[in-house]
Amino acid sequence: MSNSVLELNDVSISLGGKQLLEIDCRVGSGEILTVMGPSGSGKSSLLAYIAGFLAPVFESSGSVLVNGDDICSLAAERRRIGLLFQDPLLFPHLSVAGNLRFAMPRNAQHKSQAISEGLHDIGLAGFDNRDPGTLSGGQASRVALLRLLLCAPNAVLLDEPFSKLDTQLSEEIRALVFDKLRASGLPTILVTHDQADAERAGGQIHTLLSR
Amino acid sequence: MLRWASHSLIFLLAAPILLGTLIASLPAFGYFPPLGSSEFSLEAWRELFEVPGLTRSILISLISGILTPLISLTLVFLYLASATGSKLDLWIRRLVSPLLSFPHAAAAFGLAFLIAPSGLLSRVISPGLTGWERPPDILIVNDTWGLSLLFGLVVKEVPFLLLMSLAALPQLQPRHRVEVARTLGYRPTIGWLKVIAPSLYPLVRLPVIAVIVFACATVDVALILGPTLPPTLSVRVLSWFNDPDLNLRFLAAAGALLQLGVSLTAIAIWLALEKLVGLFWRIWMAAGNRNTGEGLAFAIGRSAMPIMLMVIAGSLLALLTNAFSGSWRYPSALPSSWTIQHWANSLSDLSIPFFNTVLISVSSTLLALIVVVATLESERQSGKAKSTAMWLLYLPLLIPQLVFLFGIIVLTEFAGWQANLGLVIFGHLLFVLPYVFLSLSEAYRQLDPRWTQVASTLGASPLKSFWRIRIPLLLAPCLTAGAIGMAISISLFLPTQLLGAGRITTITTEAVALTSGASRNLISVWAIVQLSLPIVGFMMALFIPKFVWRNRSGMMDTR
Repeated sequence: MSNSVLELNDVSISLGGKQLLEIDCRVGSGEILTVMGPSGSGKSSLLAYIAGFLAPVFESSGSVLVNGDDICSLAAERRRIGLLFQDPLLFPHLSVAGNLRFAMPRNAQHKSQAISEGLHDIGLAGFDNRDPGTLSGGQASRVALLRLLLCAPNAVLLDEPFSKLDTQLSEEIRALVFDKLRASGLPTILVTHDQADAERAGGQIHTLLSR
Repeated sequence: MLRWASHSLIFLLAAPILLGTLIASLPAFGYFPPLGSSEFSLEAWRELFEVPGLTRSILISLISGILTPLISLTLVFLYLASATGSKLDLWIRRLVSPLLSFPHAAAAFGLAFLIAPSGLLSRVISPGLTGWERPPDILIVNDTWGLSLLFGLVVKEVPFLLLMSLAALPQLQPRHRVEVARTLGYRPTIGWLKVIAPSLYPLVRLPVIAVIVFACATVDVALILGPTLPPTLSVRVLSWFNDPDLNLRFLAAAGALLQLGVSLTAIAIWLALEKLVGLFWRIWMAAGNRNTGEGLAFAIGRSAMPIMLMVIAGSLLALLTNAFSGSWRYPSALPSSWTIQHWANSLSDLSIPFFNTVLISVSSTLLALIVVVATLESERQSGKAKSTAMWLLYLPLLIPQLVFLFGIIVLTEFAGWQANLGLVIFGHLLFVLPYVFLSLSEAYRQLDPRWTQVASTLGASPLKSFWRIRIPLLLAPCLTAGAIGMAISISLFLPTQLLGAGRITTITTEAVALTSGASRNLISVWAIVQLSLPIVGFMMALFIPKFVWRNRSGMMDTR
């Protein structure tokens, strides 16, 4: 159970002198902030900025605080910000357990046991040695969520993670993701253009304007 | 570290080549202290221009330098125009890489044994079609105007230009564009030639110029298929260079410079030709005709590749038959007896060159892979794409090998170094690097950046995600690039011959040396060994990923 807080202080991102977005907000432990906006409104740039991948052509100002510490000067791999993409992006050359093990901190104890229990927890008991290429879309999404959680991040970003699943499946995965993130007490930012996502998230909603 | 590596790529390629070219000119003007001459003079040039038959040698070099790219490029474009998307196309695309790995020398030998007056082709059609009971007394191979040389070069360069075109095509969205042209009433082949060809040509221009330079100055193919009285300029320069009379070195140096001039002239003629064709094309594109020429272009385009494949298959067959034939009287299509005696006889001679070939190709390819991956990785991390001047990569292909290798030798002689294996490996590296880079760079740059992003959100350092994510995901393209690099190294003749001072022998140098005097049976054995080695490399590049990832279905579509 994490008690982290994620704060975006006067964040502004522009490209070629033209401002794409500005946002100032605080996401508490276990809260989900939904950022909505049409395509081209800079949603992906915001996530790239927080995660540390923003291409150098963009100009940015403001700061990102995790538990009061500014993480902007840190390399992406030191920020401890988890990210779920539209695709599960399980590494195709590793087994399911290999993917999970890749995410676990080096000094974690009893890795295999933690992996088995985690898989059991998301309804995929015994999937340890499976080839990720053989998983269904829903199963792969679950493994991607577990991989993120086993990495023990301080905050989580969701980049339309349900948009490629069909309606019924997305309902199910969405519930699972939100439950797990709330239970872990992680501050979460969800980027989406799906109104249903925002309603289920139940937190604050920040709408980006198209420019 | 990475920055250093990417800069070293430029240095590795450019410095020895540019320096070598400069240095090569010193002996041409009489300055060469190792031979006791430290005064500048024009003696070597006077001598050079008195060499009998020089004009003809230059002319043949020029002709093959211009006609080879012209014919090859025409065939490749007509093929692409008429066959893109067809069943034939799927087959050809699969065959193009292995075809490229067919070593020049082996291909030339095979072709010679196919089309010679007493070759396989003449035997198959005689006496039934021709009435020949004895081999006709005509000069086909080594003909005075270098037509068989030209033919051999075209057969070799078509796969190269095709591969380069196929790599450049996707960014032009050819299917889309041709569909647009067709809705405007253009027949498909004419439509392709009008809407794709003008944008594709600039993308393959550098490779085309590389073909000009190669065709103009090739040594091994010209030794096997080229004219002998007189031979091409490059062959003559090499023979002066290898002459026991060291004073001919000055003549050789002047000849090498002349070769550079001839290559530059060929390029200049090509550029003028380019302007002319461009003018014609602009008029033709605007003329609005939608049908004229469709039938002819389609017929040539569709038949060129199958004919080319048949020639290559025939050459292979000629080599195989010769390598195992016992007695074989002339008009019989097949030998009357078969034997493995030729193999048994060659076995002991093969071992050292075989070992050298493997050692040189593996080490130069490994070095090249390390430099190329480091360059691409540093490019990725700095986010600056294609920062290195791309044309530098082509330098070893744009300056005649003979010229700068000659300069490197002069340089080592100044320094007092002996020819050694390290020098040969370095020489191979110069030629292997560009091909490894060309073959790996697209795959490396196109790898989905999200793999690395996911890895770093999971706390993986750049080093960890390089070794644990990118290298495994790119295993197959890396191995393919390695196989291409090895194929290039295996086929190299001149760098081994010159930098090894004739003391380091590979399958290729030995096979080419057999040209004068050895029996067809013996040559065929060596040529088959030479062409089998790259095939082993390609097989490994194909099967290792299949084996390593046999339980990873997702690894089949990341390629």
